[in-house]
Amino acid sequence: MKRHLISAADLTRDDAVLILDTAEEMARVADRPIKKLPTLRGLTICNLFFEDSTRTRISFEAAEKRLSADVINFAAKGSSVSKGESLKDTAQTLEAMGVDAVVIRHHASGAPYRLATSGWIDAPVINAGDGTHEHPTQALLDAFTMRRRLVGRDAGLGKDLNGRRITLVGDVLHSRVARSNVQLLHTLGAEVTLVAPPTLVPVGVENWPCEISYGLDEVLPKSDAVMMLRVQRERMNAAFFPTEREYSRRYGLDAARMAKMPEHAIVMHPGPMVRGMEITAEVADSDRCTVVEQVANGVSIRMAVLYLLLGGSEPAVTTPAAARTEENK
Amino acid sequence: MSKILIRGAKVLGGEAQDVLIDGETIAATARQGEIDLSGLNLSAEDVTVIEAEGQVLLPGLVDLHTHLREPGREDSETVLTGTRAAASGGYTAVFAMANTFPVADTAGVVEQVWRLGKESGYCDVQPIGAVTVGLEGKKLSELGAMHESAARVTVFSDDGKCVDDAVIMRRALEYVKAFGGVVAQHAQEPRLTEGAQMNEGVVSAELGLGGWPAVAEESIIARDVLLAEHVGSRVHICHLSTAGSVEIVRWAKSRGIDVTAEVTPHHLLLTDELVRSYDPVYKVNPPLRTERDVMALREALADGTIDIVATDHAPHPHEDKDCEWAAAAMGMVGLETALSVVQQTMVETGLLDWAGVAERMSHAPARIGSLAGHGRPVSAGEPANLTLVETSYRGVVDPAHFASRSRNTPYEGRELPGRVTHTFLRGRATVVDGKLA
Ligand SMILES: [Zn+2]
Repeated sequence: MKRHLISAADLTRDDAVLILDTAEEMARVADRPIKKLPTLRGLTICNLFFEDSTRTRISFEAAEKRLSADVINFAAKGSSVSKGESLKDTAQTLEAMGVDAVVIRHHASGAPYRLATSGWIDAPVINAGDGTHEHPTQALLDAFTMRRRLVGRDAGLGKDLNGRRITLVGDVLHSRVARSNVQLLHTLGAEVTLVAPPTLVPVGVENWPCEISYGLDEVLPKSDAVMMLRVQRERMNAAFFPTEREYSRRYGLDAARMAKMPEHAIVMHPGPMVRGMEITAEVADSDRCTVVEQVANGVSIRMAVLYLLLGGSEPAVTTPAAARTEENK
Repeated sequence: MSKILIRGAKVLGGEAQDVLIDGETIAATARQGEIDLSGLNLSAEDVTVIEAEGQVLLPGLVDLHTHLREPGREDSETVLTGTRAAASGGYTAVFAMANTFPVADTAGVVEQVWRLGKESGYCDVQPIGAVTVGLEGKKLSELGAMHESAARVTVFSDDGKCVDDAVIMRRALEYVKAFGGVVAQHAQEPRLTEGAQMNEGVVSAELGLGGWPAVAEESIIARDVLLAEHVGSRVHICHLSTAGSVEIVRWAKSRGIDVTAEVTPHHLLLTDELVRSYDPVYKVNPPLRTERDVMALREALADGTIDIVATDHAPHPHEDKDCEWAAAAMGMVGLETALSVVQQTMVETGLLDWAGVAERMSHAPARIGSLAGHGRPVSAGEPANLTLVETSYRGVVDPAHFASRSRNTPYEGRELPGRVTHTFLRGRATVVDGKLA
């Protein structure tokens, strides 16, 4: 694996499978009475959040604490984009404090890449979502959830998602989750279809390794998983689509639509859900919907990523946890 | 007054000639070795001789599009540092854009810039006046007063912003006819470029950066050439960046519309693929486009559809670029590398000879800007505004050597051909052996 995790495209098929396998081991820790590994004891990880995201921050924090790392939460809320000095200054402050890894969330696409490549800081950088660019750990947890449901928890070990048909529905244009998922799912051998109104499909999408469809109904019967993307409220005032009702009618997932999906197919959502518009309560609460699992899986995936970037390249739990090597430095 | 003999230079890339400068003017030109000093009552001591064998002699370059930043952003550039950069790049005259603080929208501000240019001594500075008050696009500036001021403004532009209101644009085009002015448009439809960060296309889709569609430029150009035709006025289009823009200008010219257009050196060389680095040094307005656009721009410059090369020299201090992409300022410096980029993209590709370069970087910009004394032929009796270029030179760009106060160049570490060895402003050397005099 590379030193940083900035983009899902940074991962090879073997990297990705290793992360998923490691996450399975990490998941077992959650079943123990004491949910903690000593793996990252003595290391300091900073969660650097320039944009609010309580869910993602808590997920990373839980993962870091289960690995016994020391955690610094830095919320640079409302810091101005007009002059970008805050990112550089903050990075250098963290560098001076000897932080061992930085988990960064930023409203500007490319900020984590810049942090990792500008020489401002030496520590590994993990992208926890940047602008409308990428959110690789979200894609990993989604893939993990799919592998568990579609291939099996134990049966999935060492396996990818070869041949599975995954459909992503909604605001692709503004979705970092979509960008990361298309990359990663393709790497894992899945066939991806994006479904959205043409206004929410980026110009230039033709180079992505996926299919595009403007209609949901024809895609549903051939989907093993349907992932609903979040539609932000402010899009409704920017003429991306006429009304909430029309969006819901054409791209929302209700019970009737869910019935068109194959029996084994699952419904996913990165949360938080806009119930009623993107997804009806009936669908959201059905046992085919994996939203709650996705949250739990997020912690396992983030443990795996942190472990592999900071702890070593061996499977996690079978390795003596104290055997952190010089590789960290 | 001193006399200078430039010996054996290839004038406009052609035959080797000797050129004698006497005071502020070119006294004589002749085949190499045929200027008879004694016949001119000159002894060798009276004349400074510059051996220029193998070098190309051009009329002093003229930049129709420079941001000098003074008044207001002297931390980026001043008239003095900007004109020193211009001289280093072979320029003898630059047009200073109006987006300063305060905006150059009154006779007072344009006269201030003009006077600072006079005092700098490194090249002539011709101020551009803002089309609208405060560049706000709402109310015409006192265009006539700026024209009647000491600065004699003839070019008006809200550059940095587009004059997007069709009625204001129409009125400006009509109004400047009274004194032979021209409106230089920064073509950028504002609604289509809200939140735009880079060219809209394959790369922006991948990087998740707000897309800047080509049509945002093309639609304004299409509108403005039709407006210019309707009111019978003259319009100049700044920094064309797309193949579609080229097509529209070509069509307009074929229809007889009085339109001229410019392209920057960086749009002749760089593409949006470079943005994959998220390095804000590549963040510029208009954005870097695709390979296809670059090739169309080169062809258009070669066939005359695009009239001139203009630098859009846009200096920014280090801290405005040393940050994440979205927060970074737009623009790059260009005066000191322009000729090298044109040599690489146009001359060494066989698209243009040096006479063609002289036309597009000196004669035509002076003509469009109605600037007397510049862009003249290299012949006896003309003002001695000249640039001597060592075209065989190869070197890696090192911004540490720039005369500009800012270093935001996309070419750091890149090898570019050519080097300006001498620049003469009305017979006075501003650059000697590649160094500022
Ligand atoms: Zn401009």
